Amino acid sequence: MSRVHVTCTINGDPAEFLCDGGQTLLDALRDEVGLTGAKEGCGTGDCGACSVVMDGRLLCSCLVLAPEAEGTTISTVEGMASGDDLHPLQQCFLEGAALQCGVCTPGFLVAARALLDRNPDPDETEIRYGLAGNLCRCTGYDKIVRAVQAAATEITAINES
Amino acid sequence: MLSAMKYASPTTVAEAVDLLGYEPDARVYAGATDLIPQIRAGRPEPTVMVDLKRIERLCAISGNGSNYTVGAATPTADICAHAGLTAAFPGLVEASGLIGSDQIQSRSSWGGNLANASPAADTPPSLVVNDARAVIAGPDGERTVASADVATGPGTTSLGPAEIIVEFVLDEPPARTADAYLRLIPRTEMDIAVVGAAARVTLDGDGRVAAAAIALGAVAPTVVRAPHAEAALIGNEPAGDALAAVEAAAAAATDPIDDKRGTVAYRRQVAGVLARRAVSIAAERARGRGGQS
Repeated sequence: MSRVHVTCTINGDPAEFLCDGGQTLLDALRDEVGLTGAKEGCGTGDCGACSVVMDGRLLCSCLVLAPEAEGTTISTVEGMASGDDLHPLQQCFLEGAALQCGVCTPGFLVAARALLDRNPDPDETEIRYGLAGNLCRCTGYDKIVRAVQAAATEITAINES
Repeated sequence: MLSAMKYASPTTVAEAVDLLGYEPDARVYAGATDLIPQIRAGRPEPTVMVDLKRIERLCAISGNGSNYTVGAATPTADICAHAGLTAAFPGLVEASGLIGSDQIQSRSSWGGNLANASPAADTPPSLVVNDARAVIAGPDGERTVASADVATGPGTTSLGPAEIIVEFVLDEPPARTADAYLRLIPRTEMDIAVVGAAARVTLDGDGRVAAAAIALGAVAPTVVRAPHAEAALIGNEPAGDALAAVEAAAAAATDPIDDKRGTVAYRRQVAGVLARRAVSIAAERARGRGGQS
């Protein structure tokens, strides 16, 4: 059967790909576009490892059909760093050892950025609720929460300088 | 997986209804937060996914002072961010915000929550107590039904094969009126209701209940009203004996199942307690909305 041609913007750049009508956005990003940052954990929208932002909305790309991306603007973890300069969230995850195996990390980073975009100074409870859609099965959540707090402080300092 | 399906994105209600009528195995695709997991779990693949989210009417919120119209596919994140809805229907908005994570909130909707027809869905009890009407479009035009008349059992609805819920219409509540929704889950986030209870209360000028609606979720095949609990409140202050009567009558209105999340006896008891507490919260909110009636 014929494939669907999708034109969209990914991480600020124009992008186009061919996909099947029933292919998920996650599979299209990984297999057609070559962006393998978003991961498949559960495939049912529970774990958040596939989190991306589409038209300003944080969502699980495993629950989105790829043709729906037509005309949209998508950001993934690959768009967070500027060249060799890591995003403050990435830097704080590194420095705070907020990851172990790393499979959940891209989803946490994307979701944490969406959280900080909405709420630049979240308290611990707000971070835990804000990241409730992301599961980590090895390192635990405390370091992740602390890394997000540290990044929030840093981003606020950057914005004020 | 999922590769044989076609995808269609109509931009009008008429076009969507045509597609659903033309393709016998077409399915409505809105947030897909349940649909895609169901297909992955082995449900038959539809031939065509009909995406409703490019239809403006299905994703719009509008108010005219006397009522609100909320598109059936409007993300619950937008509903929770809407000041007018939050002020008018605090319980319904709370129920909307309880559906899943932030990721799911970007996709979940009242229409999907109702049409998916899970007995444990969070928003249907609150839609019912607020008398939300569902506008349904199909091959024969549009019809309007009470929210309570959409789900007919677990996973089944009164919708025809080519019908879609287009939007919900809710009247602006009268003075001294408010709603509340409570649910029990074993943790604080990311779980499915063991029991859900929605209440809406209108007080008279003396603080007595003039009108009441109580609806329970996850304790029967569909949302159930608790008419005896509602009747016990009318003419009384929402306190003391009246609340005790609400608790008993709400528990008696349930017809729950035993499963891993709760026994029949547990669900019944919790339904009574949550109904009583939801009435108290709704009444407290209603007290703060005195003045002109």
